[in-house]
Amino acid sequence: MESTSEFLNIKDVNTSFKIKGKYYDAISHINLEVHHDEILAIVGESGCGKSTLATTIMGLHDPAETKITGEIDFEGTNLLSLDEKGYNQFRGAKIGMIFQDPLSALNPLKRIEDQIQEVMDYHTNLTAEQKHDRVLELLKDVGIVNPKRTAHQFPHELSGGMRQRVIIAIAIACKPDLIIADEPTTALDVTIQAQILDVLRDIQKENHAGIILITHDLGVVAETADRVAVMYAGQIVELGSAEQIFNTPKHPYTRSLLRSMPQRDNENDDLYVIKGNVPSLQKMPHTGDRFAPRIPWVKSSSHETNPIMHEIESGHSVRCTCYKDFEFPDQGGQRA
Amino acid sequence: MSLIEINDLKVHYPIRSGFWNRITYSVKAVDGISFNIEAGETYGLVGESGSGKSTTGKSVVGLEKITSGSIMYKGKDITKKSNRKELDYNHDVQMIFQDSLSSLNPRKRIEDIIAEPLRNFEKLDANEEKLRVLQLLDIVGLDADALYKYPHQFSGGQRQRIGVARAVATNPKLIIADEPVSALDLSVQAQVLNFMKKIQREFGISYLFISHDLGVVRHMCNNIAIMNRGRLVEIGTRDDIYNHPLHIYTKRLLAAIPETNVNHRQEHREQRLEVEKIYQEQQDKYYDKDGKAYPLVQISPTHSVALPEDLVEKIKHEGEVKA
Amino acid sequence: MWKTILRRILIMIPEIIILSILVFLLAKAMPGDPFTGSINPKADPAQIHHLMKINGLYDPWYQQYWNWVVHLFHGNLGNSYQYQEPVTRLISGRAVNTLWLALFTTVLTYCFALPMGMYAAKHEGKLPDSIIRIYTYVTYCIPFFVILVIGIWIFGYVLGWFPTTGSVSSTANPGFPTIASRLYHILLPGILGALFGTVNIVQYLRSEVIDAKGSDYVRTARSKGVPEKDIYRHHIFRNSLLPIAAFAGYSITGLLNGSLFTETVFSYPGMGLLFINSISYRDYTVITALVLIYGILNLLGTLLSDIILSIVDPRIRIQ
Repeated sequence: MESTSEFLNIKDVNTSFKIKGKYYDAISHINLEVHHDEILAIVGESGCGKSTLATTIMGLHDPAETKITGEIDFEGTNLLSLDEKGYNQFRGAKIGMIFQDPLSALNPLKRIEDQIQEVMDYHTNLTAEQKHDRVLELLKDVGIVNPKRTAHQFPHELSGGMRQRVIIAIAIACKPDLIIADEPTTALDVTIQAQILDVLRDIQKENHAGIILITHDLGVVAETADRVAVMYAGQIVELGSAEQIFNTPKHPYTRSLLRSMPQRDNENDDLYVIKGNVPSLQKMPHTGDRFAPRIPWVKSSSHETNPIMHEIESGHSVRCTCYKDFEFPDQGGQRA
Repeated sequence: MSLIEINDLKVHYPIRSGFWNRITYSVKAVDGISFNIEAGETYGLVGESGSGKSTTGKSVVGLEKITSGSIMYKGKDITKKSNRKELDYNHDVQMIFQDSLSSLNPRKRIEDIIAEPLRNFEKLDANEEKLRVLQLLDIVGLDADALYKYPHQFSGGQRQRIGVARAVATNPKLIIADEPVSALDLSVQAQVLNFMKKIQREFGISYLFISHDLGVVRHMCNNIAIMNRGRLVEIGTRDDIYNHPLHIYTKRLLAAIPETNVNHRQEHREQRLEVEKIYQEQQDKYYDKDGKAYPLVQISPTHSVALPEDLVEKIKHEGEVKA
Repeated sequence: MWKTILRRILIMIPEIIILSILVFLLAKAMPGDPFTGSINPKADPAQIHHLMKINGLYDPWYQQYWNWVVHLFHGNLGNSYQYQEPVTRLISGRAVNTLWLALFTTVLTYCFALPMGMYAAKHEGKLPDSIIRIYTYVTYCIPFFVILVIGIWIFGYVLGWFPTTGSVSSTANPGFPTIASRLYHILLPGILGALFGTVNIVQYLRSEVIDAKGSDYVRTARSKGVPEKDIYRHHIFRNSLLPIAAFAGYSITGLLNGSLFTETVFSYPGMGLLFINSISYRDYTVITALVLIYGILNLLGTLLSDIILSIVDPRIRIQ
């Protein structure tokens, strides 16, 4: 079993979008690997590039408007070197994707069965009957109580949670090695969210898949992820195991995020607010620490000119050296 | 006396069908709920989608045609239009919406957006009006050059603060905040929540804080009502709800909130699955035969729960034993 | 569903009654009468007075209306003052011609519009798209009758390819030659009508396809590894064509409006030309009958669109 080895290796990937004739980096110099049997969470606020990373791996960008450099090594194939036809051999078959809004992600005019079956039409040699059986099996796997009935329904006849289960069934139909889940529970109620995350985890265990879970919800990350990559302004700023990230966060951004969450014991205090805004694509600085403007009280000499990732313990790395000198303004003297 | 008293509020939507297009049944969005909001407090109304919490909020502002019940403000029932007019109710009660982009008119400048309630309710001359708008922008932490910009030129958090500025323009007594931060990023959410608390301290505003996010509600609200299928299943203080939940639905909601503590995630998950199991198995114990929640029964001066008599007796008994 | 359709048809009854009263009154309100000038310019006013009287034209309007309705239920729409023949026979003869033209135009319109709209949207922003968009804008700007007049001048008079009047050659032998002659006569008005009619459909379809291209479900299809060609076939085009299909019901109405212009310019003996002529001759019986028919067709067209939509779109259910 190759269960511990990495099968997806993202090397120095840059994705830039064309805006008014010029290219701007949405993600820069991303290095990540994903292993079998793990859930890797990518967290960050909107505009930090986490969804761009997902669509880059899936090859869903319009080549006329996007420039992608670097290498995405998937089980020995560089995905970025593939043409459209080559990519289609991977999409749906070896990489499955789950989207945020389960209503709009399903074709409103097709029955659930046809939408799940479609992915098998292109990647398997199953007969119509086998496909039909597989659809029912998949619906059962994702926790739908009456698969026969659901298979015949249209998306608008299902609740949000049911629709997301159908999307998951589509993503796992061909037993992919990699599942990319882009904010899979953001549009759902908390109780449904918990159920969907359970389904994801069970499926991953069964298929030994690797999951990239993209979310802005730190709670979801803490409950489900094995490893966490924190992104800010198109870069990974901290990478480590869930324990490392939540118990000993290092990067100022990670620490600020955790501190701005409403917690059990801070009801009567004001929440921590990160100064300033996430820079827009066009205003992204090219050199220096991108987070520096939002922690202006930290001496500029604490930052690196070209911040790189530093491994501070096994599996835990942080961008820039400023974390060593960082403390919140109201906590003068005491180091975290 | 409470600022607002909501008594047995019902909002039903008739569904017509058949050859003669008669009303064949009705969707009971809100089905008999009662609670009071005190002056200067933040009252949390929590529920999942479809629970009727937004409909309740809209009814309190007067945006919804109610089926029955009353909403008392200064001793008068404001579900009657004439009373709303007489009390200047729409001046005293304002609303903040979830989607700040679609709730601000894209073709109006910020100046006009914030001044709109002033123009409706207060007769100010141009100079006074401008001064007031500038003052409001200052309160929400925006520069004067925001005056001449349009909503799309602001970030989500800034727009939400503009929505707040518009809501506080008339010095309201009560603001209905319907999911005011659920579309925002964490750091921006923190900003808006802090700000809402700040103006509450300064102006003594009350909030009806409608949300599905129990973490945010815990941070903001002193008193909380849990809504489920158009009815209230539990009312209590923050401590009652979060530390001593009694209704299975409340327990289930609480168990489903993801914990940021990675070290106990396994226990947390097991606990959640256990609650979920009880919820699935014992539903009929907590709801009557039509699937409706029972009427609220008072357990302590602050804490009420929708349970049948026998369960209430049991809980009271257990409480006494413990005490 | 049948219940709803039946109910919709029942609701149409009061609509038609109100429509007929309005039409009847408006026709009466027109200045002039059907007799002056039509018989003999030197006719004795006393004789016209007599004709008006025996035709009941001096009766109060409600009595005239009532007589008309009673006759209507006997299948008698009265006699045309101008042609001196029963209105029913007059109109049914003309309706056949209009139907030929309308059907031909509809078929041509969709044959032109669907490929154009889909092609333009698929190559959005590129040269073919720009050409098609310029075509739609130009056609949209020019009034329909101007297109007709230019068309008739170039292809009818200058090049002499097509006949410019009538519906069928009087010398054609019965059978196939008559049909061929009919087609030959409707070719030019049909093509011109279709060129004009495509505009709305092309623009509508183009924006539908462009919306569908960027939709989430198309992204889902891509992430399933469905080839681009099949994405267009199974997801984009199929979903975009639905509203167009439903539009077909409404297009009946548009064609009838168009027939007024086409038939007048081409002197094509259909209902449109009959209508224009009846107005100039104050041929009340014909006018009211025609407007009533147009009105009913309009209502039926709307109903038809709703029914089509509920059949093709699972999200819409008529209960």
